[in-house]
Amino acid sequence: MSVTDLSARERSLLPTELPLALLDKNGIPVDDPALEMPADDVLLELHRRIVIGRRFDTQATALTRQGRLAVYPSSRGQEACEVGSVLALREQDWLFPTYRDSVALVTRGVDPVQTLTLLQGSWHLGYDPYAHKVGPQCTPLATNTLHAVGLAHAARLKGEDTVALVLLGDGATSEGDTHEALNFAAVWKAPVVFLVQNNGYAISVPMSKQSAAPSLAHKGVGYGVPSCLIDGNDPAAVYATVREAITAAAAGGGPALIEARTYRIEAHTNADDAGRYRDSDEVAAWLDRDPLDRIERYLTGRGLLDDARRAEIQAEAEDFAASVRDGMNAEPELDPADLFAHVYAQPTKALRDQAALLAEELSS
Amino acid sequence: MTTAVRNQELSMSAALNRALADALEADERVLVFGEDVGPLGGVFRVTDGLTARFGEHRVFDTPLAESGIVGTAIGMAMNGMRPVVEMQFDAFAYPAFEQITSHLAKIHNRTRGRVELPVVIRVPYGGGIGGVEHHCDSSEAYYTHTPGLRVVTPGTLGDAYQLLRDAIDSPDPVIFLEPKRRYWSKGPVALDRSGPAMDRALVRRPGKDVTLIAYGPMVATALETAAAAAEEGWDVEVVDLRSLSPFDDETVTESVRRTGRAVVVHEAAGFSGYGAEVVARVTERCFHHLHAPILRVTGFDIPYPPPKLEEHHLPGVDRILDAIARLQWDDEVVGFGG
Repeated sequence: MSVTDLSARERSLLPTELPLALLDKNGIPVDDPALEMPADDVLLELHRRIVIGRRFDTQATALTRQGRLAVYPSSRGQEACEVGSVLALREQDWLFPTYRDSVALVTRGVDPVQTLTLLQGSWHLGYDPYAHKVGPQCTPLATNTLHAVGLAHAARLKGEDTVALVLLGDGATSEGDTHEALNFAAVWKAPVVFLVQNNGYAISVPMSKQSAAPSLAHKGVGYGVPSCLIDGNDPAAVYATVREAITAAAAGGGPALIEARTYRIEAHTNADDAGRYRDSDEVAAWLDRDPLDRIERYLTGRGLLDDARRAEIQAEAEDFAASVRDGMNAEPELDPADLFAHVYAQPTKALRDQAALLAEELSS
Repeated sequence: MTTAVRNQELSMSAALNRALADALEADERVLVFGEDVGPLGGVFRVTDGLTARFGEHRVFDTPLAESGIVGTAIGMAMNGMRPVVEMQFDAFAYPAFEQITSHLAKIHNRTRGRVELPVVIRVPYGGGIGGVEHHCDSSEAYYTHTPGLRVVTPGTLGDAYQLLRDAIDSPDPVIFLEPKRRYWSKGPVALDRSGPAMDRALVRRPGKDVTLIAYGPMVATALETAAAAAEEGWDVEVVDLRSLSPFDDETVTESVRRTGRAVVVHEAAGFSGYGAEVVARVTERCFHHLHAPILRVTGFDIPYPPPKLEEHHLPGVDRILDAIARLQWDDEVVGFGG
């Protein structure tokens, strides 16, 4: 059966065979793109935030080596997704991130020290989800997809113009919650955008052992969710696709699924040894498709970015990294009484007794 | 008309239905959803007529996926709603276990109290209805072992109404366990909220000789046992726990210190069961007042039996009377021997 035998509805849901892109790996605009190139000021901001995000990521990795973080899952190489999707959000929209999306969080405006609180180990979550409309960073996989659908559906019931963007990885598409979330979102026409960052590996397990589907974007089709496949290392394409999906969802068009093909340059975390499951040639090939190089070459070629401006942005990134270092080098204020304070809205009698017991132990 | 309709003759299912209707009426943030809760009114009719009265945007059917139901309820609560969701049967709630234990129970704590999740999960539980496998589990211990959840279960018609209203008003997530074998028990019920707070136990029948500690479907069985025991000369006190978590130490301790003997009754398997926690807590607090070890009368340590054999598994009056008889009455003079 060829694609032309499918109904218009079926065709409208299917991803393209090749990933959609606006810029090729050398930063040259592709011919006849299916997406709309973002405005110049957006492209410049994408570049600036990627530079800052990458510097944050290398700083967090360094802090982990110094023992300041218990663990850090790097998103190096995935910055087109981390930054492109977040800049596509409107102020009233919500972001539901995973543990690998710290760069997305700081791009959204979450304080970097609060972003790293979980990985520092001083509390499970450092930021107020309502302050920047960012759901709790999630270490179980795919569970956040359902939270995004619920929040978005409630917004619709209340008549609010809010879209939820949920980030997930290739491994998470095998979890049941992802499928329940796609199905609920489609049935309810909930304004949710699912962005799958397919970085090739779920810790060590490659795509070939994860899924037999033609693409992860195909997983939306069975639920009636329009799905597309994009080049996840093309910041312009990620921004344009997520923006379009948000606009459609806000207009009542329901959810969308986007598979962004990208690559995790670093190991899963500092505790992982990627040499056990992938070779350096593969990494080198992906370094050649670097999202920062790509947008930088494009902007430089257009005359929108010069050495002086690049140096300014780099200096800004260094200042940001210094503030992260300072923040993380300060000893976190820990209060053991907090252990009991937020289990329930009001501590129960049993918890008050246990808090008193601990306080007594600490004072003796 | 929302409250204080006094002493109507209702079933427990109908009393729960009135609680949902009154909560939907009182607070527009309350939503009711789950499998078959819409036009059908739920397989036990607890949501009967609610979609027609409040509209599909507030009372609605969902796709058949329990993790999806609880996970989306969490997202809705994050956005200011007060979802009341139904798990169709006890064992059908297990697909939602991760959302309940890792997210619903913990997000308030993970966010240092910044996010409240006032979600109620209604779970018809327990046996005694001739149900086939996976329809009769007593799953309370899975939930009570999870900090952050409140777990309550009504044993009477009045509590069916009041505890559900209280659960919906609670800022904490509540697992609301409905004793399905009592859904159709009828009686006059005051639809008001004059009883004690949700986290307090209640002495349902005062007595001097022994305390029966029960909850949910076993409250009626305990009261029946007390009546039978009276004929044999034992004056039995019955405590209805109502709230399994948190546990009302004060009420239970006060009763056992007075009677000096206690039996804990539940349908669930005894090993690592909720009764073990009750026995431990009460013993820790009442040791010098006890005349005998606290005994448990529970289901056997087996998967829930097929319907034609369930009568052998479920604690009944005779088995509880036998336990009372074994409370070392012969060791001292108490007036009656067992």
